[in-house]
Amino acid sequence: MRRVNPVYPFRPPPELAHGRGSAPVVVVGAGVVGLTVALDLARHGIATIVLDDDDTVSVGSRAICWSKRTLEIYDRLGLGQRLLDKGVTWKVGKVFFRDRLAYEFDLLPEPGHRMPAFVNLQQYYLEEWLVEACTASGLVDLRWRSRVEEIAPRPDGVELRVVTPEGAYRLDAGWLLACDGARSTVREALGLRFLGKVFRDRFLIADVVIEGFAMPAERRFWFDPPFHPGQSVLLHKQPDSMWRIDFQLGAEADPEAEKDPARVAARIRAMLGPEVPFELEWVSVYTFRCRRLERFRHGRIFFVGDSAHQVSPFGARGGNGGVQDADNLVWKLAAVLEGRAPESLLDSYDAERIPAADENILHSTRATDFITPRTEAGRAYRDAVLLLAKEHPFARRMVNAGRLSTPHICRESPLSTPDGEAWAGGPPPGAPAIDAPLADGSFLLQRLGGEPVLLVFGATPPALPGLRSLSVPAEGLAAERWDARPGTTYLLRPDQHVAARFREPDPARIEAALQRMWGRARGEGIRR
Amino acid sequence: MSSAEARPAPHDPDALFVRLVRAHRDLSPEESRRLDAALVLLLVEASGDPARLEAAIAAARTALGKPVEPPEELRE
Repeated sequence: MRRVNPVYPFRPPPELAHGRGSAPVVVVGAGVVGLTVALDLARHGIATIVLDDDDTVSVGSRAICWSKRTLEIYDRLGLGQRLLDKGVTWKVGKVFFRDRLAYEFDLLPEPGHRMPAFVNLQQYYLEEWLVEACTASGLVDLRWRSRVEEIAPRPDGVELRVVTPEGAYRLDAGWLLACDGARSTVREALGLRFLGKVFRDRFLIADVVIEGFAMPAERRFWFDPPFHPGQSVLLHKQPDSMWRIDFQLGAEADPEAEKDPARVAARIRAMLGPEVPFELEWVSVYTFRCRRLERFRHGRIFFVGDSAHQVSPFGARGGNGGVQDADNLVWKLAAVLEGRAPESLLDSYDAERIPAADENILHSTRATDFITPRTEAGRAYRDAVLLLAKEHPFARRMVNAGRLSTPHICRESPLSTPDGEAWAGGPPPGAPAIDAPLADGSFLLQRLGGEPVLLVFGATPPALPGLRSLSVPAEGLAAERWDARPGTTYLLRPDQHVAARFREPDPARIEAALQRMWGRARGEGIRR
Repeated sequence: MSSAEARPAPHDPDALFVRLVRAHRDLSPEESRRLDAALVLLLVEASGDPARLEAAIAAARTALGKPVEPPEELRE
């Protein structure tokens, strides 16, 4: 093992002296999602306390595939370039059946986007950078080795008991954001049902360092390969000459025996050939479930990421789904805390992110059913699809080795104003903004930022107090991708999703859409 | 058998039956299942109408004395 995780020190907080304290927002869990929530809140000027029972970042690579939308979110938070510089950029996936290529896909065939389809980066790097950025913000109080033991929800907040190496204290949180993962202690303390589908197949996951291994940066998936007969294998390239390999082991595998380094090495040698030297960095055996909470908001408590929903790893929908939860929730919570929006705005987190979770669960369940058929019939259809794939395009489209994470479009969002005019393309209400290069060399998404923006094509934006506007030409790639004509106007939310769009920048309609975006009922009055 | 003899006329039910069985003649049970699955997939694609597949599933499950919809999977 070459990697040494950082150790973050426990610092006794002032509450230990008096046994009690309070904070407007408390985040439980300093993983990718919790740290992202805290950093995004800090960007809105809101301070948080983050509690984590551990004192380091993720052990092993874990979530490694960061999708285009996630990268765009991190670009807004100031980490985009770092992800691009260190991570492995890829967009091509290849699926093999036995010893031949069955299917190949390109996730971003067109140029002109700041962010690629995917960047592979070990979760621990992203967490380290998030810790650095949170610390630098001066607004995030990171408390390591601080375990939440009791949770008492109240109408106006949540009372917590926090246990540390130097004693316990009580914390009154105005809002509690449970970002504490699939085994969420907050969820368990509240006794919430977390139901879904269990998959029995075990998988071996390994980080393997292979110096000078010549293989392009692409996702490779094998069904029933000669080096691992009867099972599947997934290969991803990571930074530091590291490769991530997932071996399907079947339901009967003994998880302890399978972790034996000699046994793992034999599997890898069978795959790479006897002449390729490698070093094992990290090994784990896992099973998974696809499930979710019935609701993600419980009064003053929000579940974000894996604490709210769990998916299989096929499709990179766990980490990316969690980051997109954070992106969805933070601007709303910030607006409520700043008095810009009514508390009811927060209900839209459920309205928008439950369908997103269901979409992720559906895709990841289907992929898992295809990869690990549980009946003879399932296996026969799966193999038939793979055999037909070579000659028949319809079968190629059925090959499901993971449908990779794409951003959810909140089609039924209560915050969106439905289209009133004809559109032949462009992002519909509820969809994230589409990137495009601008004449000055910048990218459109970089210009949107993290506040509501009026994007106007080829016309002078109307002056609306408190609403920033961005004017771009009604020709060029941006106009094409947004189905824009002179006068076309998009109202974008702080999370860069479309709230409304119009063919003319009509101030009255924009104002009404803005009210709706902030979750204000008609006639509730305009506050900014 | 020539290829003309191997293809049943559209209204010759006995020949159709024999043709389906014959396609499995040299196959193991596992290969047979795979062949049937491939046949179903190709025929579904050729029909181009998902409603016909739904109707066929309903008719076939009914013939087997099973409810049209299998029970929901257990959630845990």
